[in-house]
Amino acid sequence: MANYSLVKHTDMMAEVRDEAVDICMNAVEKFPKDLQKCTHFIKESMDKKFGSPWHCVAGKGFAFEVSHETKNILYVFVAGETGVLIWKC
Amino acid sequence: MPPKKKPAGKGKKAAETPEPDHAGEEQEKVPVNTSMFSLENEVERKVVKPSNQLELTEDELNQEMLTVLKSTNPQAPKSIVRYDFNEQCFKPEAMVDQFTIHYRTDGWLLHSESEEGKQQLEAKKKEAAAIEDFKAAISKATEADEQEAKQYRNQFNFTERAAQTYNHGTRDRMAATEPPTVLTYSGSTTQWEIYDAYMKDFAVQQMQNESRSSKKTIAEPKKEKQKESTVKKEEKEDIMHTQNMSAAAKVMERVMNQNTNEDITQDFKYWDDQADKFRENEGTLLPLWKFTNEKTKKRNVTSICWNPEYPDMFAVGFGSFDFTKQGRGMICCYSLKNPSFPEFLLYTESGVMCLDFHPQQSSLLACGLYDGTVQVYDIRNKIRTPIFQSTARTGKHTDPVWQIFWEEADLNKWMQFYSISSDGRVTLWTLTKAELLYEDIMELQPHAQALTSIEADSAQFSRLESGCCFDFNRLSDHLFIVGTEEGVIHKCSKSYNSQYLENYTEHGMSVYAVKWNPFLSNVFLSASADWQVKVWDHNHSKSLYSFDLNAPVADIAWAPYSSTVFAAISSDGKVLVYDLSMNRNQPICEQKISKKPRLTKVCFNPHSPVLLVGDERGCVTSLKLSPNLRKALDNTESKDKQVQANNMKTIVDIALKQQ
Repeated sequence: MANYSLVKHTDMMAEVRDEAVDICMNAVEKFPKDLQKCTHFIKESMDKKFGSPWHCVAGKGFAFEVSHETKNILYVFVAGETGVLIWKC
Repeated sequence: MPPKKKPAGKGKKAAETPEPDHAGEEQEKVPVNTSMFSLENEVERKVVKPSNQLELTEDELNQEMLTVLKSTNPQAPKSIVRYDFNEQCFKPEAMVDQFTIHYRTDGWLLHSESEEGKQQLEAKKKEAAAIEDFKAAISKATEADEQEAKQYRNQFNFTERAAQTYNHGTRDRMAATEPPTVLTYSGSTTQWEIYDAYMKDFAVQQMQNESRSSKKTIAEPKKEKQKESTVKKEEKEDIMHTQNMSAAAKVMERVMNQNTNEDITQDFKYWDDQADKFRENEGTLLPLWKFTNEKTKKRNVTSICWNPEYPDMFAVGFGSFDFTKQGRGMICCYSLKNPSFPEFLLYTESGVMCLDFHPQQSSLLACGLYDGTVQVYDIRNKIRTPIFQSTARTGKHTDPVWQIFWEEADLNKWMQFYSISSDGRVTLWTLTKAELLYEDIMELQPHAQALTSIEADSAQFSRLESGCCFDFNRLSDHLFIVGTEEGVIHKCSKSYNSQYLENYTEHGMSVYAVKWNPFLSNVFLSASADWQVKVWDHNHSKSLYSFDLNAPVADIAWAPYSSTVFAAISSDGKVLVYDLSMNRNQPICEQKISKKPRLTKVCFNPHSPVLLVGDERGCVTSLKLSPNLRKALDNTESKDKQVQANNMKTIVDIALKQQ
């Protein structure tokens, strides 16, 4: 399966988006077995870099409906099998 | 226990000794009763006896009874039997404990010589000593305190004061920020959705690759098109160099200059030296703008010429008077409106020595160069090349051209001008359509008086006198005067080219300038290196007036508004203004313009009371004449030419009478 990340939906600025995608990829690579730690890591680093409060959902299958601040959502598929959704609200 | 009853008790005991058990009981009972009695006796003194009390007689009561205390306990059991395991049988206990305790108390007194007693005594002593010490310390401390208190008590009679600052009222302010806009987004993630998304992306990438490879093939022809378009763009973008832009830039430059030099402009227009009202026959010069720039700094100002059409415009020629420092020449055309940079400037191959604007065709500028060339420029032309130029074939001078002068057009309406050079020729140049024609009007033959015997020999080589300057009479057409390096001034006529009408020989060194009076046709002025400025009547060989300036006189100029006013500049940096009608001996104004550089040229503006002075460092200074120096200009009566001519004539007459 493809090992690059595919941004499914976002309205972030390009620079923020690149950074966020990087963070998601790092997290998924770092904790391939433990999604809880993975999401925790993503949330922490997003909070640190772009200011809280960020929320994160990661998993192989889930459905969602979230309210988010404009320009602050990213829905990305990482490494071909994990969906990561991060948003700020 | 009341002691008086005891004997009674004892008496009873004595009576009942045979039954110690009873006696014991009674002993216990009696005290209770007696105590009750004693309490009641105090109140009633009533004796109550138990009913079974023996009635004893006095004798019986006084009878002595003996009781003996034995070491046996009457209440101890006498026959205790215990089982003896050794002998396997019961045995009576032989020894019975006879010991009983009726009353017991611990003593608290100690013997003073016992160990513990000694310790306690010592401890007491120590305690007492410690208390003593403590008290002593306290008393000392209090004494010290009192002393201190005495020392510092209220030395300055303090009073305590307090003030409270005003408390500002508090106020609440509130503002609400707009909450950040919020959107909702929903979706789902499943493995197949992820898979589909990647497949879609893959397809898109492939499409892009295909289109890229196809683009490469199309790219080359496109590039050429781009080039064409860029060329077109450049043409369009060249707005900065259009005529409109340069015109706008010029306007802008003028405005900027007007802003920066506003005070000078105000001075030029309105300022008059108020001091002139209170002194007669004296005036001052007010420096206005200075016209200079980097390019002209190392060149001398060799000529200044006002444009006849535009009163604010003048041309300045730059060259060098020094034979060893010749280089390229330059002509700058300045306007009073823009002192920062010339309106135009052009370079010549050799140093410019003289300039003249054509009086009618104000764009025609004739100029003479150090190498003898004369040139005519049309300053309207964009291309800075002369429209006419003399060459070696067409009668070019062989020495520097010192002065140049436009003549009235001849019968064929060709324009003409004269030039004079050190090679001894005065030449008339005619501008025909195709070429520049020349005609020598005069060859300056050395006149007999000036020749010594040696020079007479060298005259065989047909050596000519070097002309320095000339001026043409405005009223009598044919007449002109020539100043030479030898110091002789010749009066010549255009009609006779081999003969002088008159020679004026008062100057001892080269004559730098000769000028006809603009109002009275027979008077002219000369300036020389021998420090002299002289006023002449051309009908008389002797000068009318002579002024000594104590320095070589570089140039002179008649004022255009008055027949009696002229300005002279000396090489030591002074500008002198003379008014013969006011003072025939002294200048009415003598002002040092510059410290170091020699002044080289002077020129009056024909319309406004402004004087231009050029120096050897390429700087032209404009000076405003104070009211005393331009009385004629303000006086309406004196604008009449005849009046002016008469003024001068009277002065000439005075001089002639004195002679």
